[in-house]
Amino acid sequence: MAEPLSPLGHAFITGDHGNSAGGVGIAITERKNLSIVQVTAWRETVPAILTAISNVTGLSVPDKPGAGRSAGEKSVFGFAPGRYFVVAQASDLEDRLRKAIPLETGTIIDLTHGRMAIRVKGPWSEWVLSKLFAIDFSEHAFPVGFGRATLHHDIHTNIQRIDEETFDLYVFRTFARSFWQTLGHAAAEVGYHVQ
Amino acid sequence: MIIKCPYCGPRDVIEFTYQGDATRQRPDPASSDQAAWSAYVYDRANPMGSHREFWLHSGGCRQHLIITRDMATHVISSVGFARDAVASVKGGEHP
Ligand SMILES: [Zn+2]
Repeated sequence: MAEPLSPLGHAFITGDHGNSAGGVGIAITERKNLSIVQVTAWRETVPAILTAISNVTGLSVPDKPGAGRSAGEKSVFGFAPGRYFVVAQASDLEDRLRKAIPLETGTIIDLTHGRMAIRVKGPWSEWVLSKLFAIDFSEHAFPVGFGRATLHHDIHTNIQRIDEETFDLYVFRTFARSFWQTLGHAAAEVGYHVQ
Repeated sequence: MIIKCPYCGPRDVIEFTYQGDATRQRPDPASSDQAAWSAYVYDRANPMGSHREFWLHSGGCRQHLIITRDMATHVISSVGFARDAVASVKGGEHP
């Protein structure tokens, strides 16, 4: 498989930025070497899909809107009825899902070359993301492990909460550089670190 | 206006695309009744009050919804997946 290049180019500048003199509010990283796969169930095959995803990734996810789970580099979450993001640092993820999910159970699309994964971590992550997306980031409305599909202006974003102060964002690669810069502007107020 | 998507929960109207009157009945495709086709394509009741309409959650789960909305107050009294409404009409078949 061709190795994906970062879409960030010259926009990727490591170090502290913005108002970071008093400490950094968030750290922003590009998550690399991931396989990103969308799995879609037919209407009556959601339980079978969830079992197959669990067999492949070891992550069991309940059949509830937006439910998900993450462990280490692996993530699974729902973002629409019967539709799941499955993410892992394994180049054979798509193959293993295809073997586990025949067409009668569902369909599989490899999004690895179509998305970029950004991790936002830190005590001000909810604050910064709330500037960009019109959804409730508080933990009671957006619990750990859960996923959301939303947008910032016309940039569709899938978001998963990894822990209390960490979120993974998946954006289209063609918009990723622009989005990365917007994220930096939103984070300047609290100071941010790029690594 | 906030629409409570049955999958995504409450979302701002900016995430949704209006897709028109959900009460229209398409004439039989074999029909050449021009008055019926004209009414289907052009005639809208525009009631001041409750209105059943299609919306697409284009900026979220991308599901088509059927929403009952008061055209005077924007108060939404029901939201459901359009595919459920279609399935119930067709007796549970896939839409
Ligand atoms: Zn939705």
